[in-house]
Amino acid sequence: QTRFLSSPFQAKMSRPLQARRLEGIDKNIWVEFVKLAATYSKVNLGQGFPDFPAPDFLREAFTRALGGENHMLHQYTRAFGHPPLVKVLAQFFGKLLGRDLDPMTNVMVTVGAYQALFCCFQAFVDEGDEVIIIEPFFDCYEAMVKMAGGTPVFIPLRLKAPKDGKLMSSADWQLDPAELASKFSERTKAIVLNSPNNPLGKVFSRGELELIADLCVKHDVLCISDEVYEWLVYDGKEHIRIASLQGMWDRTVIIGSAGKTFSATGWKVGWTVGPDRLLQHLRTVHQNSVYHCATIAQEAVAQGFQRELMLYGKPDSYFVQLPRELQQKRDWLVQSLESVGMKPIVPEGTYFLVADISEFKSDVPDVPNSDEPYDYRFAKWMVKNKGLAAIPLSAFYSEAHKNSYSHFIRFCFAKEDATLKAANDILQKWKKEKTSS
Amino acid sequence: TMASRHKNTRRIEGLDSNVWVEFTKVAADPSIVNLGQGLPDISPPSYVKEELAKVAAVDRLNQYTRGFGHPSLVKALSQVYERVCGRKIDPLTDILVTVGAYGSLFSTIQALIEEGDEVIIIEPFYDCYEPMVKMAGAKPVFIPLRCKNDGNSASSADWVLDPAELANKFNSKTKAIILNTPHNPIGKVFTLEELQVIADLCVKHDALCISDEVYEWLVYKGNKHIKIAMLPGMWERTVTIGSAGKTYSVTGWKLGWSIGPENLIKHLQVVHQNTLYTCPTPLQEALAQAFWTDYKRMDDPGCYFHSLPRELENKRDRMAQLLREAGLKPVLPDGGYFMIVDVSTLNVDLSDVDEKQPYDYKFVKWMITSKKLSAIPLSAFCGPETKKQFEKYIRFCFIKKDSTLDAAEVILKNWNKQTI
Repeated sequence: QTRFLSSPFQAKMSRPLQARRLEGIDKNIWVEFVKLAATYSKVNLGQGFPDFPAPDFLREAFTRALGGENHMLHQYTRAFGHPPLVKVLAQFFGKLLGRDLDPMTNVMVTVGAYQALFCCFQAFVDEGDEVIIIEPFFDCYEAMVKMAGGTPVFIPLRLKAPKDGKLMSSADWQLDPAELASKFSERTKAIVLNSPNNPLGKVFSRGELELIADLCVKHDVLCISDEVYEWLVYDGKEHIRIASLQGMWDRTVIIGSAGKTFSATGWKVGWTVGPDRLLQHLRTVHQNSVYHCATIAQEAVAQGFQRELMLYGKPDSYFVQLPRELQQKRDWLVQSLESVGMKPIVPEGTYFLVADISEFKSDVPDVPNSDEPYDYRFAKWMVKNKGLAAIPLSAFYSEAHKNSYSHFIRFCFAKEDATLKAANDILQKWKKEKTSS
Repeated sequence: TMASRHKNTRRIEGLDSNVWVEFTKVAADPSIVNLGQGLPDISPPSYVKEELAKVAAVDRLNQYTRGFGHPSLVKALSQVYERVCGRKIDPLTDILVTVGAYGSLFSTIQALIEEGDEVIIIEPFYDCYEPMVKMAGAKPVFIPLRCKNDGNSASSADWVLDPAELANKFNSKTKAIILNTPHNPIGKVFTLEELQVIADLCVKHDALCISDEVYEWLVYKGNKHIKIAMLPGMWERTVTIGSAGKTYSVTGWKLGWSIGPENLIKHLQVVHQNTLYTCPTPLQEALAQAFWTDYKRMDDPGCYFHSLPRELENKRDRMAQLLREAGLKPVLPDGGYFMIVDVSTLNVDLSDVDEKQPYDYKFVKWMITSKKLSAIPLSAFCGPETKKQFEKYIRFCFIKKDSTLDAAEVILKNWNKQTI
């Protein structure tokens, strides 16, 4: 039996440890807010995941895969994507894009859309490259560009005030064409597009996409198109895929997510679709970073897509039913927020809703000389004192622009009716306290 | 033109080719007995499969969990490894759960290695070490294991590092050394003395140790797996990597972990939160439950950590016997589930094969076509300078069910007969 003496002077490393690529990307809003929600919240409308179950057909597919004779589903599958999954993805997206897609070269499976984004930035962004990011943005874009040594160049969606009496819509947030054009330089490698947009819920119109596409073609820039909420569009709106626009297929990587598509965020199955000329480099990053994705979830997602392929456009399709259900929840939350004096921006898509909380300003104690934007303080105060978790909008802005829109917070409404009702109860009670004091 | 603007970044230049892409395609033919790629064709233990079936029914387990590792899993890992290591391991700060050990290697290298650094890699090596070090902008520095008995090797223990040669590889630029024990492909289980030599150099040069211990439970009679992190002066500078795939014969679950001091693991966590954020929930929960089952019986011979190596030792011995009878020279591994074999004794003349590939590549391709048996050429696991030294060896994987080994037996017994 060997005994290891624990040395009285633990030989600590004296040299600097972490690589420079980690500079400035160590903070993460989710680490902080997920912890707060876990500690204080009674009703969690913060982090974006459903609290209703994934659909039965998907869970049954998972169980079937496990129960089958084939125990090889517990072993490695093809590194760039489990064959049944890439085949059905190629079929499905081929149909949507009006193209013949090769499952082996035009599709790659990743560990969630998150890892797909990582592969894109690592494959295409070198030191000195600029990447245009539209604000507000899903926070990882900025960090990933930085980790790749690139320079994020931000352009905000600007709020055009709606007509008097009308509710704000995510459609009121727009890019200024001249401003957008000015952001493209000879160093611009890529633009990140997220439509439907998290956090605002904006669904970019054909005209807006054409504006972006023209600039991409003119400046020979890549488009990283994060379309994870592609099925969650409301009011009969259409999700348009920028890759289907003139000149765009060859320069676009489309990113999708089983987590958002099938309400199973914990499965972490995502994918990229694009030309082989671009995907070959994503494959290189993938094979040198995670290599394989877990097999069983891919098998189940493949079966989910087989079902949706057969039911496409029909009333039983999950892609028809889910947005229908979520639209009702959206409308319910809009009403609830309006009735207490928060001003919701009605989202055209996604399962997020941003609301103006200026009327509630007085409740959150003033902190002189505070570095934190107001909405951060508000969201933290609200979860601690009211038990309701939401995310401050400035979390989705670059450091320089955190105070641009600091009186908005984001709610996730992919929740059971009971959860939304409980949120409403908290808000109504709060309103009563305010008016009675 | 569009082509030049959208080329790949510098960091992945030259990293696109891969031995597996070449050989898994070739061996996919079902008529070939596949002893190449390292994946079990035996079933994982039934309780492991059952745990996964159970979690599928729990709604919240289909949604996001904690980014750095599902709480019940990091708790289970900390308990198991506290037992093994005899030291306190904080589940939240000292552990990161990753997408396979592969993901742990990537997170560690991205977190702690950069341009200007040198990283020592022992040859032969699991092939991803070199491209990952290069992708981080650093320079791989190779040192070969050398056969003690002048090429006459019967055991993985015959393969050793020359201490003076190793010391020479360390300099002020050396950021880390990658250690793999039990070793893939040779199956060497580094002894305490050998680990001490490495540890002394790490401490002397203030270097890190990245210790890939995925085969930690697979050690055969007369051998003991020792964790270099437990040597004096090493905990603070070592990241130890483990794998669910190898521990529970579930390579397709792609779950691994890095364990080490908070001041190293926190940087791996930053990489993780900027690469894939979180690992799949249901698999982590099922793995946690499997660990609890075995934790409770860790001193029991029935514990999978002990029963699997016993099962594999029989397969190892059977494989070695069959290879000897066919006139090949196997190197009996002390650990792991691979065996390297010297094929030069067969004197198969492949000089007419045109391709500029090392002998072992040509041999494996010939063996696949004419014998319907696949393996992996050892020079795939070497740096450019050492390919000549290792090109007479090929690697077989023996974590295979009896019927697969039976099929291999038929081929090996008929080896010397005329091929059809």
